[in-house]
Amino acid sequence: MTAFIIKRLLSAIPTLLILIIFSFLLMHSAPGGPFSSDRPLPPEVLANIEAKYHLDDPLPLQIWNYVVGVVTQFDFGPSFQYKDRTVNEIIGQGFPVTLTYGTISFVVAVVFGCALGMMAALKQNTWLDYLAVGISIGAQVLPNFVMAPILVLIFTLWLGWLPGGGWNGGAWPYLIMPVIALSTSFMASIARIMRSSLLEVMHSNFIRTARAKGLSSRDILFQHALKPAMLPVISYLGPTFVIMITGSVVIDLYFTTGGIGQAFVNSALNRDYSVMMGITILVGCLTIFFNLIVDILYAWIDPKIKL
Amino acid sequence: MSLLEVENLSVTFTTPDGHVRAVQDVSFSLGEQKTLAIVGESGSGKSQTAFSIMGLLAPNGQTSGSIKFDGTEILGMPEKELNAYRAAQIAMIFQDPMTSLNPYLRVSKQMAEVLMRHNGMSKTDAINDSIKMLDAVKIPDPARRVHMYPHEFSGGMRQRVMIAMALLCHPRLVIADEPTTALDVTVQAQIMDLLSDLQSDFGMSIVLITHDLGVVKGSCEETLVLYGGRVMETGPTDQMFAEPAHPYTRGLLKAVPRLGSTGAELATIPGNPPNMLRPPKGCAFSPRCGFANEQCKSAKPALEVFDAQRSRACHLTREQIA
Repeated sequence: MTAFIIKRLLSAIPTLLILIIFSFLLMHSAPGGPFSSDRPLPPEVLANIEAKYHLDDPLPLQIWNYVVGVVTQFDFGPSFQYKDRTVNEIIGQGFPVTLTYGTISFVVAVVFGCALGMMAALKQNTWLDYLAVGISIGAQVLPNFVMAPILVLIFTLWLGWLPGGGWNGGAWPYLIMPVIALSTSFMASIARIMRSSLLEVMHSNFIRTARAKGLSSRDILFQHALKPAMLPVISYLGPTFVIMITGSVVIDLYFTTGGIGQAFVNSALNRDYSVMMGITILVGCLTIFFNLIVDILYAWIDPKIKL
Repeated sequence: MSLLEVENLSVTFTTPDGHVRAVQDVSFSLGEQKTLAIVGESGSGKSQTAFSIMGLLAPNGQTSGSIKFDGTEILGMPEKELNAYRAAQIAMIFQDPMTSLNPYLRVSKQMAEVLMRHNGMSKTDAINDSIKMLDAVKIPDPARRVHMYPHEFSGGMRQRVMIAMALLCHPRLVIADEPTTALDVTVQAQIMDLLSDLQSDFGMSIVLITHDLGVVKGSCEETLVLYGGRVMETGPTDQMFAEPAHPYTRGLLKAVPRLGSTGAELATIPGNPPNMLRPPKGCAFSPRCGFANEQCKSAKPALEVFDAQRSRACHLTREQIA
C-alpha cells in the first residue's frame, strides 16, 4: 500500500512535466501574446517588455527556467496582466473561494445524487423511480448558465431573499445560489450512475443468496449491495471533485464570487501565460491526487484489487 | 403429514413478448429426511419450482396453487414472514458458487450474519459456529480460511462454503439447485457424497434439482420428471429407472452414457425444448416423441396414478411405448 502510493506519487512527476511542456507549447503556438493589443506598442517598447519577462528567450529555456523556479522556490512567476500581482497571489485569493463553494456543492451533489439514485433503483418502475429519473433528467438538461440567471431572478429580484452576487467571505446567503447552480447537473449524473449500478447489483446472484438467507431488505442493501454499487460512482467522483473545486467560470461570472474559474478564462483570453500555467498545474496536481484517492478507495472496497 | 407439500403450483412470467407459463400444475410432497429429485432439461421449470418455494421468483413472476411447509402455507407469504423460514427452516444451495457468494465480503461475515439474524447469536459465537460448520463440510484449516474472501477459494471449496452456509441453522429442508453443474466431474462426486453424508448427520430433507440422472440414481428415493413446465412422470427412483413409464423418461435414461458401452453412439432425444411463449397445444413432449399420435398433439394428457406410488402423464398405454 505505502509502496503503491510512493510509486504513484513518483510517477506524477513525469506526468506533470509532460503537462507543463504541452501547455507551454500550446499556449505559445496560439497567435498573439500578453502584450499585443489593438493599438500596437512601438516595437522597441514591446521588445523591452518581452525582455523583462524573458519572453524573448528560446522556448526550451523558458520552460526550463519556469520549472526550476517552480521546483526550487515554488515561484509561479508574475502575472503578465496585473503588473503588481504574482500568480501565487491570484491563486491564493481565488482558490479558497472555489474550494469552499466547490466542496459544499460536491457534498450536496453526492448526498442527494446517491439518495435519489438509490430510491429509484429500489423502487424500480414505480412512481418514485419515475420521479427520481424525471428530476435527474431535468437537472441534467438545465445548464448552469440558464439555471444561474433563473435563480437570481427568483430569489433576488422577485423574492428578495438572497443577495444576487458577491462573496462576503463565504457567508451562507452568498453560498446558496452558487451551490445550487453548480451541484444540480453533477447530482443528476451521480443519481443516474447510482441507479443503474445498484439495479445491476440487485439482480446479481449473490443478492439472491442474501435474500435466501432471510436477511432484511435493509441489511441486503447496506451490507451486501451498496459496496459494489458504489464502485462506478466513486470512479466518477474523483475527476468530478476536481472539476467542482477548481471552479466554474459560469458561477464566478453570474454570482461574482471571484473564484479561479473566472481567473482561468480571463488568463486565456489575455494570454496571461503564467496565470494560465499556474492554474493548469493546480488542476493537474489535483487530478493526479484524486485519481490516486479513487484507486485507494477501489482497493479498500474490492478485495480482489491488491495495491 | 409431509414436510413439504406442493399442490397445483403454476408459475407465469409476464414478459414484453407475452406470458410464459414456466411451471404448470406441478404437485409433489416430501417427507422428513427424504430426498426428491426434480429432473428436467434447461427451461423445464425445475429451478422456477425451487425459487417459488423460497419466494425468490423474479418480480414479473406470478404463482398460483399451494406450497405448504410443515402445514403452513408459504406461497405468497409476505417477505417479512418468509424471512423467518429462509435459512432457518428452508435453505438453498445455488447452482453457481462462483457468483452466489458476495465477492466483497469475507466468508466469516457472510456466514455469521445468518446465525446472528436467525439465532440471535453474538458475532464471536456465530463465527465459532461457522468454523465448526466449515469443518463439517471438510474445508481444511477452517479457523484461518473463514476470514478469507470467496475468490481465495476454488470452485469446489466455494460450493462447500455455500453448503456450510445453508446448513448453519440446521434447516429441515435443503433445496439444492444443480449444486454440481458448475464444477469439475471429480469434484461433483465429492460434493454429492458430502451432501448425502451431511443428510444422515443433520437429518434434513433434500430437494435435488438436476439434469444428471447418474446423480439421481444413487441418492434420491423419489424422482419427479419435468418437461415444458409439467410433470411427465413421478415415483420411486428405482422403479422409474428400472421401468420408465413415459417416453420422455425413456429417452432421458437412454441418453445417459454408460461405462463399458464402447463403440455405440450415445442416444439423444431429437429436437429442441418447446418455446414456452408458444407451447404445443397437446402434450408438451409430443413434437419430439416417437410414439405421438393425433390425440397427443391435440390434448394434454392428465397425470394418472398407477402401481399405487407412481404416476405418469401420457395418452398411450405403457405397453404401447415399451
